[in-house]
Amino acid sequence: MKHSDFNHLKGWLYLLPAILFLAVFMIYPLIDVFVYSFEEGYNSASQTYFGIGSYNYSYVLHDPYFLQAVKNTFILVVITVPLSTAIALLISVGLNSIRPLRELFQTIYFLPYVTNTLAVGLVFMILFKKTAYSDGFINLIIQWFGGSSVDFIDGPYWAKMFVLCFYTIWVVMPFKILILTSALASVNPDYYNAAKVDGTSRFRTFLRITLPMISPMIFYLIITGFIGAFKAYSDVVALFGTDLNAAEMNTIVGYVYDMLYGDSGGYPSYAAAAAILLFAIVLTITCINLLASSKKY
Amino acid sequence: MEVILKNLTKRYPNRNKKSREDVIAVNDFTFEIPDGKLIGLLGPSGCGKSTTLNLISGLQKPTSGTIFFGKDDVTNLPPESRGIGLVFQNYALYPHLTVKQNILFPLENLKGKDKLSKSEMLKKALEAAKLVQIEELMDRKPGELSGGQQQRVAIARALVKMPGVLLLDEPLSNLDARLRLQTREEIRRIQRETNITTIFVTHDQEEAMSISDMIVVMNAGVVMQTGNPQEVYDNPANLFVAKFLGTPPINVFDGIIKNRKLYIGEEPVLDLSLYRTSENSARNFPKDLVTASVQKDFEGACGEDGTKKVYAAIRPEGFILDENGPFTCCLSGVEVMGRDISVISTHHASLNPKVRSIISTENKIDPARPFVRFSLRPNKTFLFDKETEERIHVRAVGLLEGGMA
Repeated sequence: MKHSDFNHLKGWLYLLPAILFLAVFMIYPLIDVFVYSFEEGYNSASQTYFGIGSYNYSYVLHDPYFLQAVKNTFILVVITVPLSTAIALLISVGLNSIRPLRELFQTIYFLPYVTNTLAVGLVFMILFKKTAYSDGFINLIIQWFGGSSVDFIDGPYWAKMFVLCFYTIWVVMPFKILILTSALASVNPDYYNAAKVDGTSRFRTFLRITLPMISPMIFYLIITGFIGAFKAYSDVVALFGTDLNAAEMNTIVGYVYDMLYGDSGGYPSYAAAAAILLFAIVLTITCINLLASSKKY
Repeated sequence: MEVILKNLTKRYPNRNKKSREDVIAVNDFTFEIPDGKLIGLLGPSGCGKSTTLNLISGLQKPTSGTIFFGKDDVTNLPPESRGIGLVFQNYALYPHLTVKQNILFPLENLKGKDKLSKSEMLKKALEAAKLVQIEELMDRKPGELSGGQQQRVAIARALVKMPGVLLLDEPLSNLDARLRLQTREEIRRIQRETNITTIFVTHDQEEAMSISDMIVVMNAGVVMQTGNPQEVYDNPANLFVAKFLGTPPINVFDGIIKNRKLYIGEEPVLDLSLYRTSENSARNFPKDLVTASVQKDFEGACGEDGTKKVYAAIRPEGFILDENGPFTCCLSGVEVMGRDISVISTHHASLNPKVRSIISTENKIDPARPFVRFSLRPNKTFLFDKETEERIHVRAVGLLEGGMA
């Protein structure tokens, strides 16, 4: 055997564990899901199906629960991603410009990141839920200002959506603040000194120097934010329980889960079709994001 | 615009908890920079030269002292109100803006009555670009330019508002050797053309000497000497300045003044007489100025027996190859460099490991010889006090023992 051949083989040998792992747990399931989504009437117990076709997609796309889930997910994405990024940017700029107690504030802002989703959900329920005994903390405040109390957990759709968005923003913020503060800190202070010598106003410095300098990080946060928000599920469960279809608060991932294991469960083909649709949506949005961010530079 | 620094001092609180003393970056800096000159602030790293520049720019506030631009006290003015242009060591060009946008940036900040129309701005930017010869690069991004080109853009950006004072922080340190030579001529040319008072910081003495009208040598926050580069080189005020200026560096020896003669080792090498400290250089010094009282002062300083231990510093070009010369060194090597010959030798009284002397190629020297003999040029030999390291102003009148008799 030639020496170079041996080296070639050795390279593959080193890659083998990772490739095996990825093939078994990533690539095979992906292909499988794709195949399932076209097998009509698949039964996981008997491993049989009627035929191949696009009926699963047609069913899912006509299912009002799925359409509700898509609507919910899109509202969540469109509201929380820009809002959380903007607020995180504001807080990071603030943190970056104060000197005393900066570390303390950084720790406080980071706390939600290390807190369990369900625990946070519980706290939010206590804050927002209206029961026979108490209207909840938020309603007390609303009443204080002369408003009438609203049931945020079992009440009107907009109230529930408000709680969900509020919760999501609160949960994703710490990571964004962490990334943005380090991005801001890594901007060479000479740029600011140069701007100062030239008499640049603070607002213009931020707009023309700071923002472009940290824009790669902002794009990174927006892209990962979109992907994360499209995959929302555990947060919704933490707030509204497991019967999400009844609460009109289901998300696409929640719909997939319900199709597999929920009360209406036992339909892996529909679940697979919904999962592939979600994949297509996320892929499209991510491509648009990447195009938009690379166009500028 | 002339720049006047009066008793400028900058202290930093000490971070080290053990010693409470403040770190003094700049100590009692007093200096007057005449209008329209190119000034080199020169010193080893950490000597406070960059801090001085930042104090002049206004990016840092002095602990005490005042700064005048012309007649105006600018000590408490922010940088943007001082009318300065500053070129950073790393240029600090905004990487996401084109060259044109970078140069326009300072103009776009102008407000109120100073506000310019778009076409006026473009005209000014183009003028600045022409001055530094980068008109053809206007639409490139800084990342697409070479180091030298970036430097020019940075200078154009600093000049576009036609500041009263231009400050350059280590302008050549990021360039390679060839570009450095070119760029320093360029800085000289731009300064001459615009006639803007320019102050630049450097640790490279050659750079400072070659283009400055005046140099300021600093060490440990204190000004060591100021003056015309050649004068400072020919007439260093203390041992630090003598050692800092010149390549190859000056050769320092332990010496003794005895009976109005300088001894290095056991040999008397120079005959000395005195002259009064003066701003004039040692050249063309009339003999009759050596008055009796100065003579007495000096003899008093020399102690009862008329001897005094000194540092004797001799420039490499201060050695003359001379078969009968009074100064003998052990020869360790000869380097021929085309233009001249570098003789490397050792001497037991030398404080440098090697004595390096430069002689013209007309001399022939056999590298195999064990010894080499020199006589010394009096105006290239300086004496410094052992304790204070200050210059002792004596005048060497001649060579000893058979020299060039």
